[in-house]
Amino acid sequence: MSRDGRLVAIAGGSGLVYLVLAILMGVLPGMALSKTAPGPGVIPLTAEQQAGRAVYVAEGCSYCHTQQVRPLAMDKVFGRPSAPGDYAYQTPELLGSERTGPDLTNVGVRQPAEVWQYIHLYDPRAVVPQSIMPSYHWLFKVVPTTPQGETPVALPPAYAPKSGVVIPTARAKALVAYLLSLKQPALPPDMEKAARESEQAMAPAKPAAGQGAAAGGTAAKGFDYASTGPNLYGANCAACHGAQGTGVAGAFPPLADDPVVTTANPTDHVKIVLDGLHGKSIGGTAYGGQMPAFATQLTDEQIAAIVDHERTSWGNHAPTVTPSDVARIRKGGK
Amino acid sequence: MIARSVALQDEDDREITSLLGAYIAFATGWLVLSTAVGLIVAFKFAYPEFLTSPYFSFGRLRPIHTNDTFYAWASIALVGLVFYVACKTCATRLYSIKLGWVTLALFNVAAALGTVALDLGFNNGDQEYREWIWWIEALLLIAILTAAYNLIMTVARRKDDDIYLSNWYTMGGIIWTLILSTVAFIPLYQYGLGQVAVQGFFMHNAVGMWFTPLTLGLFYYVLPKLLNRPIYSYALGVLAFWTNLVFYPIIGAHHFIFSPLPWWLQTLAIVFSVAMLVPVWAGSANFLLTMRGRWEQVRRSYALPFVFVGVLGYLLGSTQGTFEAFRSLQAVWHLTNFTVGHSHLTMYTFITFGIWGGIYALVPRATGRAPSLTLAGLHFWLATVGMAIYILALSIGGTIQGLVWMSGAPFIDSVTAIAPDWLWRSIGGSLMFISHLVFAWNVWFMLSGGERVISRVEPISEVA
Ligand code: HEM
Ligand code: HEM
Repeated sequence: MSRDGRLVAIAGGSGLVYLVLAILMGVLPGMALSKTAPGPGVIPLTAEQQAGRAVYVAEGCSYCHTQQVRPLAMDKVFGRPSAPGDYAYQTPELLGSERTGPDLTNVGVRQPAEVWQYIHLYDPRAVVPQSIMPSYHWLFKVVPTTPQGETPVALPPAYAPKSGVVIPTARAKALVAYLLSLKQPALPPDMEKAARESEQAMAPAKPAAGQGAAAGGTAAKGFDYASTGPNLYGANCAACHGAQGTGVAGAFPPLADDPVVTTANPTDHVKIVLDGLHGKSIGGTAYGGQMPAFATQLTDEQIAAIVDHERTSWGNHAPTVTPSDVARIRKGGK
Repeated sequence: MIARSVALQDEDDREITSLLGAYIAFATGWLVLSTAVGLIVAFKFAYPEFLTSPYFSFGRLRPIHTNDTFYAWASIALVGLVFYVACKTCATRLYSIKLGWVTLALFNVAAALGTVALDLGFNNGDQEYREWIWWIEALLLIAILTAAYNLIMTVARRKDDDIYLSNWYTMGGIIWTLILSTVAFIPLYQYGLGQVAVQGFFMHNAVGMWFTPLTLGLFYYVLPKLLNRPIYSYALGVLAFWTNLVFYPIIGAHHFIFSPLPWWLQTLAIVFSVAMLVPVWAGSANFLLTMRGRWEQVRRSYALPFVFVGVLGYLLGSTQGTFEAFRSLQAVWHLTNFTVGHSHLTMYTFITFGIWGGIYALVPRATGRAPSLTLAGLHFWLATVGMAIYILALSIGGTIQGLVWMSGAPFIDSVTAIAPDWLWRSIGGSLMFISHLVFAWNVWFMLSGGERVISRVEPISEVA
């Protein structure tokens, strides 16, 4: 080979090979997938939610929080498996590559209470003592008195500033609007069924046509969620009601010694877990938080385990319930 | 006549030496800065209230750490070394010293602006390793373009007809990266899931088609030089070059296993992650066989131990990567801190140690000033022990994280379960950071410090 030929072959030849591969593996998949149509029920964000998403990006939330639910049993707590159509309006994409904190794909369903979100952003340890998430003080203002039309953040005294009240800035409000917008639309029944079935499959399976990886299951051993009361309580309830049932003053009621929890008839207790609750006063105290409904998220067995845990912990001594009690109350029985 | 050409050569040497010195000095400064940031980030895991301020917050400092280690530390150091290697292997001057300075300035300006912008909360949508906003990313692209031109024109002026293997890897790496950065830069096909596909492609090619070939090219020069024997097998090196080129670009989607990306794209990435064992084992075997039987020499040198650890990092890190790509193992490790362990086993143990080996091998040779063997040893052992603690802690902690998730315990249990390992990571990270300060001291010594004499420098011969 000639002197120049060598240079052309090595630099030019390898460059050309790479160019072809870059088009095949980068540009073409990018072009094809950029056209992915929105899934059923997937809608664009409002202007405020979009502004909140920009705050999420600027503060780098996605370095610790994923927004991709995998078709694996362990991801089931975060929602149904993500489908390609879920991402139609999401540029920049925020799937993330590390789950130091929980997945947020469906956080608007899991944690719909605005006040919880504000307290948590101001100081995560005020609601989750073991949390290592940063405190986002700079998304809030401390003012001497509450301005007209603002609601102060109901911080537990130990976490509140020494004087004045904490109110959210426009950026915090936008961010919370965005977080609450993160709700997975239900898949059409047939897709949902296929997704669930492949999730149960033991062996790596090919996804059903039309859904891509969302339905592709692997080594998932059915629903393996640790079904003990304390575990379920910790995963679903402790963020608001506290691991020791102490609640958050002004936002979420304590469950230790709560009248509904300690009364002999469990109907109201089970109903609240099934349907959620909002704007109730307990013993003359109003609570600003909103409790999500768990009817579609937890089975009768799981709800019974949670209710029993609440009825027998932190000094509570109320009669326990069975899954069939829950099933009966679910159907409208007493 | 002879006297004149010797004088000219001296002049050339002085020019490339001061250019190399400047690249290494700036790179070292960026290493200290970017890993100081990494250390702050590490401590935030144990003490989340440490430095609560927007400008010191986790989400802003983390991309500063990754981009500055990538584009300011490793890239600047490698480009400086690669220019020097090209001049030596081609027995010629750098095509344009002036352009060399322009490249250095562009890298530095891009990194400085990128750091400030990220700290103020301006980023390119949290797209890992390309977080700088578009016009800063464009400066980086021009920096690479100027470096590519300078390198190719230098090799074009080589004395021999043959092109030494080092320059295959370095020219290739710089041209591929130019293409890669352009593909990643154009937004037209990067919407929603399309952007996910491009991001997977970009992330893995940034490490596999930029840092990897440049560092391998450096090894192919430094090892024969220091050991005074030719590389074990030139053919194996050529095989690794072409297989690396063809296999690496296909494995990007393994960053998104179980995501909604097309299943076949993920499977293809897994298959080629296995194929990657060919270039990785061919390359590592080649280096290790070149070193065989010379362990006494490795032990006594201050550059070779770094190169040796670098080669091991390449072998272990990349082989680990192949296993990480399997669905069965990704089910445990994906999204956990195990990945962060892998990132450092590769970018630190392979790339960073490799660069250190190159610096300790070449800079004393260029300047005639060597660091003290004790301080080079101190740098080596602090970095090695710190790195081992860092990676072991996260590999164990990441596995625990994955197992806790699979057990169905509340999510927060995975945070408390890995907490002790995060503390260990901070301890390992502190040792690593101290080693960087020792390294900076050594660099100063090699560039302008004490009156060390050239005879301290390890013998060289013109093999290669
Ligand atoms: C004193 C030395 C270092 C310390 C203490 C350190 C610490 C850290 C920390 C705490 C993170 C964030 C992990 C997370 O988000 O969970 C990180 C990420 C990262 N660091 Fe370092 N680092 C150091 C040196 C380096 C060097 C020299 C490089 C590259 C040449 C590097 C490359 C990276 C990369 C690529 C990531 C992202 C990892 C991923 O996403 O998987 N680090 N580092
Ligand atoms: C044959 C070679 C390699 C294979 C098959 C491989 C495989 C992988 C896989 C599967 C992941 C994703 C892990 C996850 O998200 O759970 C990953 C991440 C990563 N790899 Fe490699 N790897 C290889 C070599 C390298 C080399 C040589 C480098 C650096 C020079 C490197 C740097 C990284 C980095 C920085 C990440 C983290 C990216 C992120 O933030 O997600 N890898 N690798």
